[in-house]
Amino acid sequence: MSDLNEILLEEEAAADCGCDEKSTFVPDADAVIVGTNLTKRFGGMTAVDCVDFELREGEILGLIGPNGAGKSTLFNLVSGFLPIDVGTITFNGVKISGLNPDRICHLGLGRTFQAAKNFPDMNIFDNIRIGALFGIKGKSYEQADIETEEIIKFVGLEKYLKMAVPDLPLAIQKQLEVARALATKPTVIMLDELMAGLNPAEVDEAMALVRKIRSGGITVLMIEHVMKAIMAICDRIIVLHHGRLIAEGTPDEIANNPEVIEIYLGGEA
Amino acid sequence: MELLKRSFFGGKAAKIQFFAIIIAIVVLFFVPNFGSAYLPLFLAWVITYAVMSLAWTLFSGKTGYVSLASAAFYGTGMYVQAALGSNLPIVVSMIIAAAASFGVAFGIGLVTLRLRGVYFTIFTFGLSLFLNKFIHWYEVKFFHTKGHMVLAYDNLTVYYCVLVVFAIFLLVVIPMNKSRFGLALDCIGQNEDSAQHVGVNTTMTKVLAFAVSAAPVGAVGAAMATTIGYVDPDIAFKLLASFMPVLMAIFGGTHSVYGPIVGAIVFYSLQDYLLRELPGAYMIIFGCVMVAVILLMPKGIFGVIDTIIARRKRGFDGEVIGDV
Repeated sequence: MSDLNEILLEEEAAADCGCDEKSTFVPDADAVIVGTNLTKRFGGMTAVDCVDFELREGEILGLIGPNGAGKSTLFNLVSGFLPIDVGTITFNGVKISGLNPDRICHLGLGRTFQAAKNFPDMNIFDNIRIGALFGIKGKSYEQADIETEEIIKFVGLEKYLKMAVPDLPLAIQKQLEVARALATKPTVIMLDELMAGLNPAEVDEAMALVRKIRSGGITVLMIEHVMKAIMAICDRIIVLHHGRLIAEGTPDEIANNPEVIEIYLGGEA
Repeated sequence: MELLKRSFFGGKAAKIQFFAIIIAIVVLFFVPNFGSAYLPLFLAWVITYAVMSLAWTLFSGKTGYVSLASAAFYGTGMYVQAALGSNLPIVVSMIIAAAASFGVAFGIGLVTLRLRGVYFTIFTFGLSLFLNKFIHWYEVKFFHTKGHMVLAYDNLTVYYCVLVVFAIFLLVVIPMNKSRFGLALDCIGQNEDSAQHVGVNTTMTKVLAFAVSAAPVGAVGAAMATTIGYVDPDIAFKLLASFMPVLMAIFGGTHSVYGPIVGAIVFYSLQDYLLRELPGAYMIIFGCVMVAVILLMPKGIFGVIDTIIARRKRGFDGEVIGDV
């Protein structure tokens, strides 16, 4: 039964989104991540629908869209957390769609989750050290300890070291997740709503952190709802709506795009 | 090598632990000389349950995947002994039993460890039942009989066999807990998604841990089969062999290697006493003790001790307050 269902769904997916046609998408020369024809369905709902996108080296790319637009699903496809129905993703020219998240991490792609996923029974140091130890194979404990210290300083977590992880404020829990992702020494980091639920002062801190990460040579892809942050720090923005990519451009272009304005300020229901 | 040094000689506590284990094993080696003729058999059962409980803790205690497959591995060991025991020395058949259980666990792990939570538990429970029924069918079909005789050994030999398994297992588990592999298992237990995204190969780690935890259970199963002299599917794959290690581990506490051992000592002694003195009320009293344990000490005996130590420490250091 379920097999038949899946086949039907796949056929449907191929038929009504046109994904069976070869994409005409030509990525930029300095693109590090290229997604072509990405489609993901949950039952009858298409969460990500024929999306082509690229992440260029050294940029901060913002991914925005209303709730349920498919932003987190797109993240999950890229990081290998969910299998892709249709399409391919390459990372530095290597096809990563179909690989497990741990393999993708070893290739140099780090990510955080919308709801911070830390290790609650470990202290902050160990939480970050796990990233250093497992992110690159065969790293010595001594080297991992040194790198953990560096990252704690880089992210600015020194004053929280003695607190238990579940007691940390939300902003710090999210920073801890970023720190662990950074400890895996990624060349690209994907941040899922780093600033959601933070107060204005914390948002400023988080923005500074993202800038600092980029100036450390790491390319950033971020999902964000805080417009102030998105507009200020992104080099480029892509907009998802109902799983489709509807706009792409600089913050100014996006801010003046009539379709985007309509989605955010509401047109017809 | 460095890992062994760190596990057993890194710091005072590790050294004390190492020598305590060595002394305990040496003492256990000579104990049967001083007791009744029943003592070796009693101790062999205690050690068997300690091994099973420790094995359960190694995988389920760390990863949070509750396995009810102990009976399957234990029974596999028993049947290997039944099949090979009369032709091979017991040490060899025990090694083969361990390998067989390892293999069964590895295969089952590859198929099922993508399942999460209660589905995994139900599957492992089903595995024990399935092996029971399958071997029953196989025996009747090809041997026209239920059950097999097992060549008997004297209690002292069996006792030394399980003691050696216990010692080896303990000397493997302690460094393993401190190793990268143990750390990976901890991560999986605390947040599997996160572990996977920082580069932990979660599937392989789980499957390997599951298989490693099954091997000693198979070995002690093989040894204990010789004390019974006869195995049939209902003896080899009895479901109590799946539940007892879990109860013992929970009773003792799953955060150290001592918890399951203490759990096994207390529970098997209690069971042995009740079966002899109050056979009618055995299950009732046993059940009441279990309920009381879960209500009063959900983290087990060693959990309670940890809490007391932590409270003491905090009393000296003062409450740790962060900058909120």
